[in-house]
Amino acid sequence: MNRTIRRIADHTVLGLLALVFALPVLYLVIGSLKPSDQVLAGLSGFLPTNLSLHNYAAVLHSLSSDSTGHFWRFMGVSLLVAATVVAGGLVVNSMAAYALSRLEWGGRKLLFTLVLLLMLIPFESVAVPLFYLFDTQRNTVWIQAAPFIANAFSVYQFHTFFQAIPVSIEEAARIDGAGPWRILFRIIYPMSKPAFASVAILTFLTQWGSFLWPVLMVDDPSVRPLPLEISVFQGQQPPDWGQILAFGVLLVLPVVVVFAFFQRWFVQGVAGSAVKE
Amino acid sequence: MSTAVSPSPTPAPSPAAARPTTQRRRSRDWVHALLMTAPALAGLIAFVAVPFGYAVVLSLHKARLGSDRPPAFVGLEQYRRILTDPDLSGRFLHALLNNLTFALAVVPLQTGLALALAVLLNRKLRAIGLFRAVFFLPVVFPMALVAVIWRLILARSDQGILNSLLHQLSFGHWGSFDWLGSPLTAMASVVVLSVWQGVGFQMVILLAGLQAIPDERYEAAQLDRASRWQQFRHVTLPGIRTTLIFVALLTSVLSFRVFDQVYILVRGGGLNENATRTVMYEAVTTAFDQNNIGRASAITVVFFLIVLVLTLVQRRVARGDDA
Repeated sequence: MNRTIRRIADHTVLGLLALVFALPVLYLVIGSLKPSDQVLAGLSGFLPTNLSLHNYAAVLHSLSSDSTGHFWRFMGVSLLVAATVVAGGLVVNSMAAYALSRLEWGGRKLLFTLVLLLMLIPFESVAVPLFYLFDTQRNTVWIQAAPFIANAFSVYQFHTFFQAIPVSIEEAARIDGAGPWRILFRIIYPMSKPAFASVAILTFLTQWGSFLWPVLMVDDPSVRPLPLEISVFQGQQPPDWGQILAFGVLLVLPVVVVFAFFQRWFVQGVAGSAVKE
Repeated sequence: MSTAVSPSPTPAPSPAAARPTTQRRRSRDWVHALLMTAPALAGLIAFVAVPFGYAVVLSLHKARLGSDRPPAFVGLEQYRRILTDPDLSGRFLHALLNNLTFALAVVPLQTGLALALAVLLNRKLRAIGLFRAVFFLPVVFPMALVAVIWRLILARSDQGILNSLLHQLSFGHWGSFDWLGSPLTAMASVVVLSVWQGVGFQMVILLAGLQAIPDERYEAAQLDRASRWQQFRHVTLPGIRTTLIFVALLTSVLSFRVFDQVYILVRGGGLNENATRTVMYEAVTTAFDQNNIGRASAITVVFFLIVLVLTLVQRRVARGDDA
């Protein structure tokens, strides 16, 4: 009896908290489907009335000139930058991590210490000098991705993972005459899918929302990524709330899809990133 | 392309030559290792190490973007200005104070809420996966979008969600209130939306910590007829002490980096600038709006030192307790 009451109490508390947490998301989705003048309308903003995809069509329509920028270009820039950072980062950082964790060579300890030290420097503290150094590269796509490909923390995550792989497997391959590259590609990489998944997801998540660097480096609408554009879009007077929220849904959709499909890796990547440090 | 290099070309003439072969292999490893580390190393040097050193150098200079004059060495003048100059230090110290207020509010709030959620979710309840997903969902929301959503929730008109809710709850006595614009509630607003976005992250880490506590400890406590609160106090808390401290310190590091939501809401959402400007906000506006790279670099270096101290404390705690 006591237990049943507890169970109901637990569900109630959790349900209420979950509702409070879900309301802003619900408001976003409902608002994106309503006529703009019914969004900022008190609690009736939550009422799912007069729903249509009008705002989505309008976003694509109103953001389709060279002065406002084109919606699909914002999306394209965001996707391109994120894909470059994730794919490039996986290759570059995992290779380095392998050389630093498994190969015997002189520079190994020194360089790994360097990686650990560089992990202490948050991007925020190099943003200003980078902005000054790369002033001539403003409004390019490559400069939005380049600073984030090599990542000390990713190297560290791969390093931790590789160290847990038994050396015996590698030594057997060595005796068979396999060189370090072949071992890396044929033995280490196939065994490291979980590490790749969690590093990839964490990198994608961070990169997709990236805001500080684009604020400093981009003003041209033709190379603006989505998060920067939503900040410009919401600042227009008068704001068209229906369209802004529709834009917001389109902005968050790719991460939510990734999240839905790879939830397990997401959670492991996030939890692991912190617990292991 | 790579495998062509590795097979050893000369067959060993005698058993005694076995050692030299491995040594030769080792010495060749050196070349491979360098090739493997080179791209990441080049990136880290070009985009982290050099700019960081450059920040320190620039902070000792008077440097402006778009100026023809080369940077002029001024020693510690920039630091003296942001820390003690009567005209400038007020702004900077105020930003530091705002950062501190933000951290002091966010760290206990977010850690406490994350712990409560983790404890509630660490049970065999129906639909637990759904609950977990709901609390974690905001973590994947870009801060730029979070700022926009909360701009509507906290809108100053009587049509804002919060104002409208309070109007209903007070039977029409509540009119409207400018949550973002009022100096009293501006920072609180930023705290609330930041906690909403970030708490799922801490929750997930704490949940992993809770699941590592052996069930036997709870069973033993139940045999001793420990109440639920006693179980929490004497089994749960000691069991995740390390994780909890770690999460709190991690949150404090993250809270010092706050920038996106403040910048967006000040620019477009009528957020009270003076009550919410943070150190990073100062650095960006100084570099970007005033083109004052020297002073912005000095702000950046001070920012780095604060984050460094927090990170080192965090590492010490994480390492010391695990051992």
